[in-house]
Amino acid sequence: MQVFVDAVVTAVTLLFQGSAELWNVIAATFEVAIISTVAGVAFGAPMGFVMGATRFRGRRLLIALTNTGMAVPPVVIGLVVMMFLSRRGPLGFLGLLYSVDAMSIAQTLISTPIIAGLTAAAVASVPYKLRLQARSLGASRIQEALLALKEARLGVLAAVASGFGAVVRGVGAVMMVGGNIEGQTRVLTTAIVQESRKGDFGLALALGLILMFITFTMNGFLTWYQHSNERFEGR
Amino acid sequence: MLEHLLSPAARKRALLLVLAVVTALSLVACGEAEEPESPGEATPEPVEVTNVILASTTSTEDSGLFSELVPAFQDAYPQYRLDVVAVGTGQALEIGRAKDADVLLVHAKADEEQFVADGYGVERRDVMYNDFVIVGPGSDPGGIAGTDDAAAALTAIAEGGYTFISRGDDSGTHKKELSLWEAAGIEPAGDWYLSIGQGMGDTLNMASESKAYTIADRGTYLSMKDRIELVVVVEGDERLFNPYGVIVVTDASNPEGAQAFADWIVSAEGQDVIREFGVDTYGEPLFIPNTQ
Amino acid sequence: MGLALRAEGIRKEYGKHVVVDIDHVEVAAGETLALLGPSGAGKTTLLAVLGLLEKPDAGQVFLDGRPVSSKDTQARMQMAAAFQSPYLFKGTIADNVAYGLKLRGIPAARRREAVAEALERVGLSGWESRSALTLSGGEAQRVALARALVLKPRVLLLDEPLSSLDPLIKGRLTQDFARIIHEDSMTTVYVTHDQNEAMAVAETVVILRDGRVVAQGHVDDVMGLPPDDWTAGFLGSEPPLAGTVISSAEGLVAIDVGGPVVYATGEIAPGTRVMAGVRPEDVLLFEGTADIPRSTARNRFQGTVSDIQLWGVMYHMVVEVDGVRIASRVSRASVREMGLAQGSQVQVVFKATAVRVRPFDESGRLDRDE
Repeated sequence: MQVFVDAVVTAVTLLFQGSAELWNVIAATFEVAIISTVAGVAFGAPMGFVMGATRFRGRRLLIALTNTGMAVPPVVIGLVVMMFLSRRGPLGFLGLLYSVDAMSIAQTLISTPIIAGLTAAAVASVPYKLRLQARSLGASRIQEALLALKEARLGVLAAVASGFGAVVRGVGAVMMVGGNIEGQTRVLTTAIVQESRKGDFGLALALGLILMFITFTMNGFLTWYQHSNERFEGR
Repeated sequence: MLEHLLSPAARKRALLLVLAVVTALSLVACGEAEEPESPGEATPEPVEVTNVILASTTSTEDSGLFSELVPAFQDAYPQYRLDVVAVGTGQALEIGRAKDADVLLVHAKADEEQFVADGYGVERRDVMYNDFVIVGPGSDPGGIAGTDDAAAALTAIAEGGYTFISRGDDSGTHKKELSLWEAAGIEPAGDWYLSIGQGMGDTLNMASESKAYTIADRGTYLSMKDRIELVVVVEGDERLFNPYGVIVVTDASNPEGAQAFADWIVSAEGQDVIREFGVDTYGEPLFIPNTQ
Repeated sequence: MGLALRAEGIRKEYGKHVVVDIDHVEVAAGETLALLGPSGAGKTTLLAVLGLLEKPDAGQVFLDGRPVSSKDTQARMQMAAAFQSPYLFKGTIADNVAYGLKLRGIPAARRREAVAEALERVGLSGWESRSALTLSGGEAQRVALARALVLKPRVLLLDEPLSSLDPLIKGRLTQDFARIIHEDSMTTVYVTHDQNEAMAVAETVVILRDGRVVAQGHVDDVMGLPPDDWTAGFLGSEPPLAGTVISSAEGLVAIDVGGPVVYATGEIAPGTRVMAGVRPEDVLLFEGTADIPRSTARNRFQGTVSDIQLWGVMYHMVVEVDGVRIASRVSRASVREMGLAQGSQVQVVFKATAVRVRPFDESGRLDRDE
């Protein structure tokens, strides 16, 4: 039990001491998470919208592929990205391996299918007749689409939060393509792996608590937003 | 549900089940009763296999040594199943302190001796050693190839600001590296010094990708040589030798198994396995047995 | 007044399933057409096609005589719809009502005016800033109507706007909707499965079954004289009676329907084969021996109750008069008072003006003389 108490004390102490090393790790964590979430939204949200709100040839296949993408283990994505970015790989000339950029690329590949899949589900849950209603009031296809996206915004927000959650807690891919370089590509999850390998379970757990605190804050905000929306909607 | 249980068919089934169980039990009872009367017919009792947890390091695992060592040990002692947990040296010692492992095979002599002195281990015995090499890109930008002074080589790397990748994971290799920096009188820090907290394989891969220098155990380096673009630039310095010790954990859950392994690996049989390992593949042994 | 909306040869399939397959429907300007039929008859799909919301697989819609399609933005802007579930958008009531105006680029000040006016018409003055998603069913339906009305559409499309409401609110809203629709002489297509609602709001009716038209024409004609057994059953009346005109004088025709002689208003040459029918609501029953005061009711017969069923608040009774079946609606109180049961002897009474007559034909299609 003492181990856990120590870990909490360590976590709090770490945060308040604010060692440059820890802040570097937190900064890198956020940098990668934010870049790959924003990029995931940029690619995934339109894709999800098209899958959820329109009918076209190959839609089912695309949905199946997206669902598969959501389930691919991060280390596999990390491996593939590493092979591409390696000096012997097709994109080796970019010299991106072991950088925050490489981590962001891998994490974007992880967040995009998650955001796309969940956005598709959220948009698909907007009743067809609601869109028909908008159409009947004169909405063009694009205006109708925007309305559906607005109607599904809580679901879309949850999709974005899931994407963020996946990248902030991911470890396999960032370890492979980022290399866990101290002060550069070391993020909370890779630092946890490292500290536990070193046998410093207390520090590892403390870092885990900090990570949990970040996701908790994030989810708390989301829940609050959802709740305030629900109150407004009277549901 | 209740009706179902009480239905005649269900009752019949239940009765049959009870009968079957009773019959089986009575047969077992008879068998036991009869046993003393015919001891000569008893087949040799099968060996009960217990598992022995060996905590070792990722670099040892990565070298492939265990794929030879484990089957050889189990041939000699079929009553034990050897489970290898490969982690960093620091974590291996920590696992030992928590008694989550029965026996350790690690390479951080000072820490091992401290471990035994603190009462966590029964005894430390020398098993073998391998050696470390400083590797770097073929172009050798620091111009340090050929020297056999590891500290001088590191000084050249630091002064030239050539990228050096440190495992930074508290492993035996990392500790060896730190002791060499100390010997060189340099506090390694700066843009050129990348600490990555990963295993030997990952570190070599990254050094290869980044055209950087690093320090590696020869075994891992040789096993990966064909897949990476690194050459040995410094070798042979006595300070690069890396002794391995075996320690039976005090009050281990399987003390007999742990002791059996420790005794076996220092026996002639175990030492031979170590001496022959790697010769086929690399033309030279990766580990030199050195039990006195 | 000409035709506001017309459609020819409309066909719509989902997969292999034919949902709508009709030759012709039309709505005169300023009138209301009810699309009536059981669920699954294709009413909503036909409405979506007429409203240019969905593209038909075949056929053409005409708006004021001009061929139009779902790609025709200008034509689409002249239509507006409200559906069974109000499908209000997240936001305030004003946001909802102003939605179509915004799409049409109406400036904010004029939007506010128009919204206030539309809300007043549906009886929700001053409700602008309330959340749209906290309303009761009836209120939401009023907002949905206002959202369509505010656009002052050439054609208003209403898809079962009242069918998810409870009876009390539904009754009141039916009246309100009928009044609002007729105030502006708006051309309206009104989908419903409830004939009472159809009769309250519509001048003309199209009855759909499995995507096909089984009857169309003026509400009174179709309701009074269903073309076939299925439609009669759906409308809760007996199939029409086939007969021959035996005399015609002073606006009154006598029709021999195979036993009894039924009087109807009109002028039809004797010897003409006709179909005749009367709505059950127009048929009164009296005890067999009762002395009925003289009145304008020309049709009086003795008959036997052959079937009696309780339909909601009223009894539906079928009386046999010389082998001819005539349906009637009787209140529960009357049935109790008269002690009506199967086999009771009754007098059947209805006015000549309540009898609908059309020329005999087998097609099942009603042609109303304009």
